[in-house]
Amino acid sequence: MSKKRARLTKPTAQHRDPGLEEVMTGTTVFNVPFPADLSTLKGMSPLVIRFPYSVEYLHSYGQDSPFFAGLANRKLLGTRCGPCQYTYATPRLHCPACGRETDWTELPQQGRVHTFTTCYYGSEEFLKETPFHLILVEFDGVDTLLLARLIGVSGPEEIRIEMKVKAKFRRNSQLKTTDVYFVPA
Amino acid sequence: MVSGGVSKFAKARPDATFQKMVKEAFDHALGDVPRLKTDRIDGSVASYFSDHFTRQLMAGIMATDYLGLCPKPNKRIEGGGATGGLCFQAAWESVASGRMNCCVAFGFETMSRVQTWKGNEFIALASDVNFDYPVGGFYSGYYAMMVNRHIHEFGTTLEQMAMVSVKNHGNACFNPYAQKRKRITVQDVRNAEMVAYPLTLLDICVMSDGAAVCILADEETAFQLTDRPVRITGVGTGTDMMRMADRPRGKVILAPNEKESDYRNLTYPGVHSFRAGRSAALQAYRMAGITDPLREIDFVELHDAYTSSEIQTYEDLALCRYGGGGRFIEEGHPFLPRIDYGMKLKKKGTIPVNPSGGLIACGHPVGATGLMQAVFAFWQIQGTIGRHFGSGELQLKKAERGLIHSHAGTGTYVTVSILERGW
Repeated sequence: MSKKRARLTKPTAQHRDPGLEEVMTGTTVFNVPFPADLSTLKGMSPLVIRFPYSVEYLHSYGQDSPFFAGLANRKLLGTRCGPCQYTYATPRLHCPACGRETDWTELPQQGRVHTFTTCYYGSEEFLKETPFHLILVEFDGVDTLLLARLIGVSGPEEIRIEMKVKAKFRRNSQLKTTDVYFVPA
Repeated sequence: MVSGGVSKFAKARPDATFQKMVKEAFDHALGDVPRLKTDRIDGSVASYFSDHFTRQLMAGIMATDYLGLCPKPNKRIEGGGATGGLCFQAAWESVASGRMNCCVAFGFETMSRVQTWKGNEFIALASDVNFDYPVGGFYSGYYAMMVNRHIHEFGTTLEQMAMVSVKNHGNACFNPYAQKRKRITVQDVRNAEMVAYPLTLLDICVMSDGAAVCILADEETAFQLTDRPVRITGVGTGTDMMRMADRPRGKVILAPNEKESDYRNLTYPGVHSFRAGRSAALQAYRMAGITDPLREIDFVELHDAYTSSEIQTYEDLALCRYGGGGRFIEEGHPFLPRIDYGMKLKKKGTIPVNPSGGLIACGHPVGATGLMQAVFAFWQIQGTIGRHFGSGELQLKKAERGLIHSHAGTGTYVTVSILERGW
């Protein structure tokens, strides 16, 4: 106890001349030119610093979780509103038409291309995957569509609207919607 | 509306913070109404899309305090690409409700703070992050899918889309505030780098740094401030489901100049059309008493983030029938009558669309965009394009009534406002 107190009260270099420790991380500048005449400052070039930013989220799929559990088990799940007789390929637990809760239902694993594109450019996260093919899939007896990747074609000239496609699943689930993808049937 | 101002739109404005860009646009607007002293301004509305781009939460209040508008009311409006259009209407609501006699709408975006691919990621976060972002994560890809279905339904051609780019780039040659000012050809557009088939680099607008300001006032205040105020006679706002996959396939919402037999075999909106755009237009038309938009509106500033969405929007606005958008541009209707675009056009100038150059050529600093359109439309109606642009090439002979159209995320939010000569 007395030892600790002694350390706390011992005068340090900081106490005599307070100042931050010099660091060499981030933007480190040694000599910034500066004019003697302040009236010229408005003409100076802007200073730009780097600012990295990363976040880890704990992201819940909430009521949509069964869809992702289904993909991990090679099942494609949608939801159905019984009273409206309307089936959603991309699940929604409440029917926007009548407001009632919908029920989970298994979707066919074969469908058709409703529309498509091939992306040669993209967001940073997906740049390394370009070019990739996107399709909206339509299923018999299902009222809405599902966005997915199409694998096994080399370019947009090999994709046609209404061409038949079938679902395939990643062996190792990543609990993402990309656990299901489609190939030409 | 009593005044408007914009900053120069540029790829990057490292010389200015967002507050300073807004101040430039604000001073630009105040400079045109010397009778308006800031003590007559009752409050303001802020428009910016992405906190990620700004890397600053509550940026709205920081711009408000920079402009010297504290402690008056302010709030932020946000709705993706339509943020500016929604902000314009929020300012209109502030005045129309009687809460304010004079309200400032200001908007900005600082998109140069990250690389383009990171910017595309930020924008794609405005799609469903559970079901859409992980698959595509790229808005140009979403719009490409929409236009491929439009092509399938209606036979729209890539050359017709390219004509939109030729027109808007051509117009922007005479707009000093535009980011891209160059004459291009249909071949240039088709030969440009493919981004998301069939959209090339020249089918797509660019990221931009910029700001825009509109000043709105009630009628009595407006005439005290300017001899040439512009009246806002119609506002409409439409919405649609975030995921394109969820969009219904039902019946067309008919415009006054359409009948059910026009669309016997068309399911609507599907992913080929923007139901929110149609809904917004019909509300605005009803309010402004417009029944035949092609004949009753003199010009349009619409949200051409993609050449394809300009064509789709001609149809939503009922300037032509659904499916007729490609032919509408091919025949020349939305071109300016006096500009030489280097191509033969049969019916040039029926209703000039994007005389300013639109988003494709001016740039799309998201929060500023919808307000920028209002400013350019305001100058058209006032007849002051010559003074503001330094040349009168883009000034339309007849510009008494204009339409502005702002659009977000594959058609999730769309605003339409009608502006008319008020004096």
